[in-house]
Amino acid sequence: MNRTRYNAYRQIKEVVFRNSMLFLTLISLLFAVIIGISLYYKSVPILDQQSMWTLLSGESWKPLKGEFGFFPFIMGTLWVTGIAIIISLPLCLLSAIYLSEYAHPYIKKIVYPMIDVLAGIPPVVYGVWGILVVVPFISTSIAPHFVEFSTGYSVLAGGIVLAIMIIPLMISVFIEMFDALPSGLREASLSLGATNWQTIKKVVLRKSFPGLAAAVVLAISRAFGETIAVLMVCGNVAEVPKSAFDPAYPLPALIANNYGEMMSIPMYDSALMLSALLLFVIILAFNAISRLVLIRIEKNFAL
Amino acid sequence: MIQNLLRVEKFFDSPIEQFQVKKEPWNLVDIDQIFKTHKPHISVRNLNVFLSKNHILKDVSLDIPDKAITCIIGPSGCGKTTLLKTFNRLLQNSIDVKIEGDVLVDGENIHGKDVEVENIRKKMGLLSQRPCPLPMSIFDNVAYGPRIHGIRRKKTLKIMVEKYLVEAGLWEEVKDRLKSPASSLSIGQQQRLCLARGLAVKPEIILGDEATSALDPISSKKIEELFVKLKHQYSIVLVTHTLRQAKRIADYVVFMYLGEVIEAGPASEIFSNPKEKLTREYLEGYFS
Repeated sequence: MNRTRYNAYRQIKEVVFRNSMLFLTLISLLFAVIIGISLYYKSVPILDQQSMWTLLSGESWKPLKGEFGFFPFIMGTLWVTGIAIIISLPLCLLSAIYLSEYAHPYIKKIVYPMIDVLAGIPPVVYGVWGILVVVPFISTSIAPHFVEFSTGYSVLAGGIVLAIMIIPLMISVFIEMFDALPSGLREASLSLGATNWQTIKKVVLRKSFPGLAAAVVLAISRAFGETIAVLMVCGNVAEVPKSAFDPAYPLPALIANNYGEMMSIPMYDSALMLSALLLFVIILAFNAISRLVLIRIEKNFAL
Repeated sequence: MIQNLLRVEKFFDSPIEQFQVKKEPWNLVDIDQIFKTHKPHISVRNLNVFLSKNHILKDVSLDIPDKAITCIIGPSGCGKTTLLKTFNRLLQNSIDVKIEGDVLVDGENIHGKDVEVENIRKKMGLLSQRPCPLPMSIFDNVAYGPRIHGIRRKKTLKIMVEKYLVEAGLWEEVKDRLKSPASSLSIGQQQRLCLARGLAVKPEIILGDEATSALDPISSKKIEELFVKLKHQYSIVLVTHTLRQAKRIADYVVFMYLGEVIEAGPASEIFSNPKEKLTREYLEGYFS
């Protein structure tokens, strides 16, 4: 009798825990939806007034005249993120390959914690460092070779600072991908007489490609949204950058710099909300598309 | 010769003489008569292996006959796999490993200074416990070896792929879907694919690390038959847990226990008339 009661009790517990955990999972998903919806509601006024297309393609940002063109900000975001990825991707990939495939265990023991330390530095510190080191370096040493004049507060500065910020994240995720591969795979290739490099190129990179691509997507999403460090070094001029030495004004910086100020200007509040919505949608769309592409690749490459 | 001397020594030192079959020392000399017809292909001399301070292989000396099936038997954790991985120098990739002593393949020390590790590995095809197809198509799996060794011509590759798939008994099953991923094959087919892939680099030796233990009985029988067929062209070294398998196909048997070679000899000798008490107990199933 006691036995059956105990059994019923544990079955109830099972059901309660399973459902409560499901509930909590749904709540965290719900937050994302709520954020999206509230951003949309807040940006409805400006969308009613101007068409989506004029907002997205407009190049002039003059809130006092009621001109809200988001094109410079979108381009600024893309430029900075693009440069950051171009700098950090090869660097991270090669370091991760070295660390996981070649490095002596002792080197790993020293380097892994150092990467974690890098990941723990707050963005504002990177920003200050960017102002003190990267910006003057660009303005005195790099820019003169390419353009007549640059203050150094530029897309390139933002890209470099951002690249350094995402390096630890990317390296550690890459290493995890490589370490997760079965060692039998490497042994199979090596035992056929392949060199380490051949094995890495033809087997390790191939097998881990979907994972690596997912890691890059994660890093790019992170870079899209990075605010404070980029805002500090990229100049914040609302114009479409024409070269890497022009200043830019990424979307997150726009929101962070202006929200809460000049709210008396009509539609200003709504325009900033729209830019937040844009950022949200860009990241979502980017993630969704890359996931679809990945599924394709996995099918076609016989992984 | 060294082998036999060692054995004679052991014979006299053995404290458990009541279990020993009474055999005169001079009879022991012909125990390795297999080497009259099959010259030693791999010779191991005083091999000691330490994995992070654990003494895994203790002063191992043995010869592996050419063009015959050698089975290394012994309980789990006795160093069989370690020994096998020393042969193609895969072991040196492990962390914190120390290797002492000589391993000679065709009289050449594989740990010698100017020996290229890739050439050593090319001489030996490795068949692991679980088949490990590379992440590419069936065709590319077999062509992988030739390709990394510089063969580029499509026609040559095609001929080679067919030849070795036939040799591994897989051609009939896969000839219509060479382009599909290797992972779509059944596990038994995958193991034969791995065998074909290994053969495609033209090895002299095939190393099998419990190559049939993950397979169903029918597939494992197929692999065994392949080994018997292939032994006229290759020296085959198999680590195996299943005594029955060793009894079925072995020509030469090495019994290991806790990192030492206890006994080595022709299969018929070892199975019918083991010299050492440990071997006898293992064969009778006292421990496994």
